[in-house]
Amino acid sequence: MRAKPSIYLFLLPGGLIFLIFFVVPTIYGLSLSFTNWDGLSPQLQFIGFANYAHLLTDDSSFHTAIGNTLKFVLTVVIIQSTLSLILAIYLLKNTKVNIFLRTLYFFPTILSSVSVAFIWMFIYDSNIGILNTLLGDVGLQSLQASWLGDQRMAIYCIAATEIWAHTGQLLIIYLAGLQQIPHELYEVAMLEGASRWQTFRKVTWPLLAPATTIVVAYTTIQSFRMFDLIFAMTDGGPGNSTEVLATYIYHQAFQYNHVGYASAVSMLFMVIIALITMAQFGLLRFRSLKSA
Amino acid sequence: MRFLRIPVIWAYALVIAVPVLVVVESSFKSLATLYQDPLWPTKGMSGQSYQTLTSQVPLFRYFMNSAEVTVVSLILIILLGSMISYAILRLPRIPSMIVYGVFAVGMMIPTQVNMIPMYLEMARLGLVNSRIGLILVETAFLLPICVFIIGGFMRTLAKELLEAAKVDGSGEWQMYWRIAMPLSMPAIASAAVFAGVIVWNDLLFPLLLIKSNDKDTLPLALLSFSGQYQTNYPVIFAGVLLASIPMVVLYVFLQRYFIAGMTAGAVKG
Repeated sequence: MRAKPSIYLFLLPGGLIFLIFFVVPTIYGLSLSFTNWDGLSPQLQFIGFANYAHLLTDDSSFHTAIGNTLKFVLTVVIIQSTLSLILAIYLLKNTKVNIFLRTLYFFPTILSSVSVAFIWMFIYDSNIGILNTLLGDVGLQSLQASWLGDQRMAIYCIAATEIWAHTGQLLIIYLAGLQQIPHELYEVAMLEGASRWQTFRKVTWPLLAPATTIVVAYTTIQSFRMFDLIFAMTDGGPGNSTEVLATYIYHQAFQYNHVGYASAVSMLFMVIIALITMAQFGLLRFRSLKSA
Repeated sequence: MRFLRIPVIWAYALVIAVPVLVVVESSFKSLATLYQDPLWPTKGMSGQSYQTLTSQVPLFRYFMNSAEVTVVSLILIILLGSMISYAILRLPRIPSMIVYGVFAVGMMIPTQVNMIPMYLEMARLGLVNSRIGLILVETAFLLPICVFIIGGFMRTLAKELLEAAKVDGSGEWQMYWRIAMPLSMPAIASAAVFAGVIVWNDLLFPLLLIKSNDKDTLPLALLSFSGQYQTNYPVIFAGVLLASIPMVVLYVFLQRYFIAGMTAGAVKG
C-alpha cells in the first residue's frame, strides 16, 4: 500500500520547529566551538582547535568539573541501581501494601528539581536542618556536619538528593523486567533445591540484563547532565567543589562570556554522552545475541 | 535476605515520607518556632507564611504562566509528534529510516549541549523573554522522545485497519486523524505525561529565556523568591507546596498513567 506524496506534509510543521530550534543550534554550537567569541562583540575569530587544546591540557577548573561529575555519576549510578533493584525485588508481588509503597517511592519523581532542592537544603541546613537535629536527638553530635557547606561532602550530599528523587522511577523499570521472567523457572529452581542466592544468580540476574542495562545507562546519562539540582542547591560551590560539566558550561557561557570556549566544552560533553549511549545499545545487542 | 524485607521497605518509606511531611508541617510554623523545634509540631501553627507569600508574590500569575507554557507545548508536542510518527509509518523505507534516524540522534543530544547557541539564536530572532519562544524550544527538545514513544507504538498497529480505510477512499489526513491517532491513545497518554511533567518542572530553559519577573514560570519564581527570603523556610515551603499542588493532585488521580508515562520516557530515552 503506497502512501500518497502528501504524506511528506505530515513532517513539515514538526520538522520545521525541530530544524530551527534544535538542529540549527547544534550545528551553530559546533562552529562556535572553534572561535574565541565572547557572545557580545561584533567580530569573532576562528582559532581552530585552540579551545579543545586548552580544555584538555591546562584548564584545571575543567578538570575539577570532570572529577566532580565522575564522583557524582559513580555515586548515583552504583547506589541508585542497587537500591532500586533490591526494592523492586521486595515489592514484586502486586499486593495492596506493595502498590502503595511503589506509589510513595515514585512520588518525588513528579516534583520539580527546584522543590526537591529546597526540601534537601532544609534537611542539610547546618543550624536547623533535619539531619543535624536527628543526629543530635539520638546522641550522635559527633556526626553533625555542615553538609552542603563542606567542600568534601557537598557533591555526595547532592548525589543523595538525586538518589532520593529518582530511585522510585528506576524501581518501576526493574519491576517490569522482573515481571517478565517466566514463573516456571523459579518453580524449577525450587524443585532443584536451589538456594535463594543461587536462584538470583542463575535465574533473576541473567534474565534481568536488559532492564539492568536500561537502568544503568539511563542513570548514567541523567546524572552526567545534572544541572537543576546543583544549580539550585549550591550553584557549584563551596569553592568549585560541586561544579559539574553542565554547570561549568553554564557559568563559562553566561557568567564569564566565554561563549566559544563553553561551546567546545558542550561538544566534548556531547561526545561523552554519545559514547555512553552507543555502549548501551552495543551491550543490549550483545546480551540479546548471547541469550538467543 | 527475606528477613530484611519488612524493615527495608518501611525504612525507605520513611526516608521518602518524612522529609515531605516535615516540609508540609514547617510551612505552618513561624521562623522562630521552626528554630525552636525543626522536627515536631509546635504550638501556634498557622497559615501565616501562606499569607506572607501570597500577599507579596503573584503566585497565581506564575501558575498561569507555567500552565500556559505547559499546555501549549503539550498540544504542539503531541500533535506534531504523532504526525511525524504517522509519516514514519507511511513513508517509503529509506525516507522513513532517515527521519527516524534524525530523531534518534536528536534524542541523544542533551539540552545542556545546545543551550548556548540556542540562546544566541533566540536572541537574534527576538524570541528571548517571550513565552512563544519558550514554548517552541520546549517543543523542539521534546519532539524526539515523543516520536519514539508514539512511533514505536504505531508500528504495532494492524496494517489491515489502515488498508481498509484506504479502500474506503480515505485520504492520509483522515487515516491519521480517524484511525492511527485514536488507536495510539495509550502511547499518546504516556508521551503527554512524560513531556508534561518535564515542561512543568523545567528550570533550564525558563532560566535562559525568561528575563522579566512577570513572565516567570513556577520553578523559576521559586528560585528567585528563595533568594529574597534566604533561609525563611516556612515561606519558601509554602511556595514549594502551592507550586506542587497541581502535579500532586494529578498524580493522586492518575498514578497509573504517571508511572507508565515517566517510565516509558526513561526506557526510550
